[in-house]
Amino acid sequence: MTEFTPVEALAGGALIGLSAVFAMAFYGRIAGISGILGGFFAAKTPDRSWRGGFLLGLLAAPLGYWLVTGIKPDVELVVPLSIIVAGGFLVGAGTALGGGCTSGHGVCGIARMSQRSIVATICFMATGILTVYVMRHILGVW
Amino acid sequence: MRQFLGSFAIGLIFGLGLVISIMINPLKVLSFLDVAGDWDPSLALVMGSALFVTWVGYRFVLRRPAPVLAPSFSLPTKRDIDMRLVGGAAIFGIGWGMVGFCPGPAITALAVGESQVLYFGIAMIMGMVITRWLLALSDRAKQPA
Repeated sequence: MTEFTPVEALAGGALIGLSAVFAMAFYGRIAGISGILGGFFAAKTPDRSWRGGFLLGLLAAPLGYWLVTGIKPDVELVVPLSIIVAGGFLVGAGTALGGGCTSGHGVCGIARMSQRSIVATICFMATGILTVYVMRHILGVW
Repeated sequence: MRQFLGSFAIGLIFGLGLVISIMINPLKVLSFLDVAGDWDPSLALVMGSALFVTWVGYRFVLRRPAPVLAPSFSLPTKRDIDMRLVGGAAIFGIGWGMVGFCPGPAITALAVGESQVLYFGIAMIMGMVITRWLLALSDRAKQPA
């Protein structure tokens, strides 16, 4: 459906890595988005301003990119709203239960050689691939 | 305020990584997960590149006694591979495969996407809040009074 973009992938990935290294070097923190986000909305959070700053930085990125390059980043959702909402709930519940997402487990955790993160990453990759197979090739949703 | 500006800059770099790697676009992610279709391997290179930089950076950073602006490193302490980890990751993967959004790109895309991104975000945050609340309840029930 989309073109292979190796240069963009390697460059963008390096920036994500750089951000993870800075979060650890300056604040001693894992750059795990589900954890940062979940903690921001938790009742008792002593570090809400740190979390809020990080989340606002995420939001500012596509706007800054758009301003500088004049190109608005594409966000293409190909499934109906009911599936978007159900998927959103599962992403939130699953990352809270499993203690991390693509960034916390997939990047930071594996970089620390955490066995938990390696297992988690294999699990969400496997169910992600399986779900797309069912959605696209069996149910024909998109 | 200094904490806020520092984390804003780090979040901005992360977000730019998601924009430049095109991972902000759920269709790009679904095209990676669609191994039986017209496969786009880009996401593997994004993760590989991010992992390489993080792995190298952590080697240097974690050798230091403490972070630059905090008293100590806050590293996860859990070691056990339990049902919460495996089940949670599996559930996350199902939601990821249904839409093509994981938490980072979903938040980043809120700034430029249509209202559907907002609905995804609200559902995701509700999923997080409810699950954390249930986990806290269950942990409290396990502790002797």
